[in-house]
Amino acid sequence: MVHEILFVIFGLICVAGAVNLLVQRHPINSALSLVVVMASLALIYLLLGAEFVAAIQVIVYAGAIMVLFVFVIMLLNAGVEERSTGSKVALLLGIPGVIVLGCLVGWIMISNNQRLGGIRINTADFGDTHNIARLLFQNFLLPFEITSVLILIAIMGAVVLGRRSS
Amino acid sequence: MDITTFVIVAVIKVVVVVFILLTGVAYTTLLERKLVARIQNRWGPTRVGPFGLLQPLADGIKFILKEDMVPDSVHKALYIAAPMLALAMSLISIAIIPFGPSITVGGTTTALQITGVVHANGGLSDINIGLLIILGATSIGVYGVALAGWSSNSKYSLLGSLRASAQMISYELALGLSLVGVLLLSGTLSLRQIVDAQGQAPWWGWLPHWYIFPQCVAFFIYLMAAYAETNRIPFDLPEAETELVAGYHTEYSAMKFAMFFMAEYMNMITVACLATLLFFGGWRGPIPHSAPAIVQSLLPVFWFALKVFFFMFLYIWIRGTLPRFRYDQLMAFGWKFLLPLAIVNIIVTSFIVAWRA
Repeated sequence: MVHEILFVIFGLICVAGAVNLLVQRHPINSALSLVVVMASLALIYLLLGAEFVAAIQVIVYAGAIMVLFVFVIMLLNAGVEERSTGSKVALLLGIPGVIVLGCLVGWIMISNNQRLGGIRINTADFGDTHNIARLLFQNFLLPFEITSVLILIAIMGAVVLGRRSS
Repeated sequence: MDITTFVIVAVIKVVVVVFILLTGVAYTTLLERKLVARIQNRWGPTRVGPFGLLQPLADGIKFILKEDMVPDSVHKALYIAAPMLALAMSLISIAIIPFGPSITVGGTTTALQITGVVHANGGLSDINIGLLIILGATSIGVYGVALAGWSSNSKYSLLGSLRASAQMISYELALGLSLVGVLLLSGTLSLRQIVDAQGQAPWWGWLPHWYIFPQCVAFFIYLMAAYAETNRIPFDLPEAETELVAGYHTEYSAMKFAMFFMAEYMNMITVACLATLLFFGGWRGPIPHSAPAIVQSLLPVFWFALKVFFFMFLYIWIRGTLPRFRYDQLMAFGWKFLLPLAIVNIIVTSFIVAWRA
């Protein structure tokens, strides 16, 4: 019962942060709303019993990546965004599209409720550090290593782009 | 333990720990002023109370009574939120720190740790990702500094906070990697279990099984990175008064300034606690078995406090001794020296652990 209440609270905070991100006109406010989204996601992970993932979510996303975003916004001293009047295409296609997508996802979730089932947390050590390590470094070692190479390529790309301008 | 007792005990623990922590912060400022004064052949504060012992109280009253100014062109919401964030994040970390095994008062046994739990069979446990929570709180604390500088709308504040966030992000890497060696040896992220792992039989019968000895390189890296994380001399570039007036808190006055000040000193204490737990065996020390039970359960806290005091003393000693780095030297030291050294330390440690296993 407590889990459901907490899930609803943090889920609402998460969605509110995401909406606020879009609505805010100043980039730093948007970046901070994203931090709120990350933090509430971490709390939802914690509710699922995945404490390691929750901590990493806070350290990596809220602590490192978003600090970098805020840092760049501060350095560029980006001002308040200017609102355009909005395009007709977005109004005509976007809003019906969002409604259809929402209905579709909701319908699939409800109609396949039995087959999907809930998340079952069977063991006491679900999501603890040892299990995550076993998954990352044994079962999914190859995808994990390939991801790190991918990130390395992205870093090299950033360095190359950065050097070209000077 | 029923739920009412649990809540009462938890509240008492929180109040006691926060009270001791805040008193500790207040008297660390006095200790710092006194010690730096003695290093520079002065007396330091002597007027308020005997030996100036009431000076922190006078400082506190002064901070509360000063006018709380908000400059005209600041981003008001963030300007007010930034010091709160910095203080809150430095307060969170202390909840994870274990100060000793457990204490029994009036038939109720409780762990000497805010988030510690005593099991029915007398076993103790705490949060199994304790170390990560402290790292997370530190990394969120960067926002306090960054937003303070940005929202103040002043060039000195902005430069100070840019320096601070760049420095904290850079040294967080070295800090995190320096802890990996200890984690490899202990095989857990729970602070209580790390301390328990250091309670094994001494090496060669006399050298305590503390991780400072096999992990002396990691300890050196941790110490350097911790000084940089807490913006202390020789890494206090973010508030270098000769260049930046006062860095990110230039525009702050009264209690808001005091909150940054308290956050900085609380971070110093947290970092010292962590060094004690990870490298110096936490609360372990000689405890006479003939002593009464209450002394036996409080003596570990004394050893813990003594070790933390040693680190605070070291902080102040270094402040009184070393000059400040230049900014490019600071970045080069972090990225080109500490980081590779930490990686080498991890590789060597993991080879030794794998070889012994």
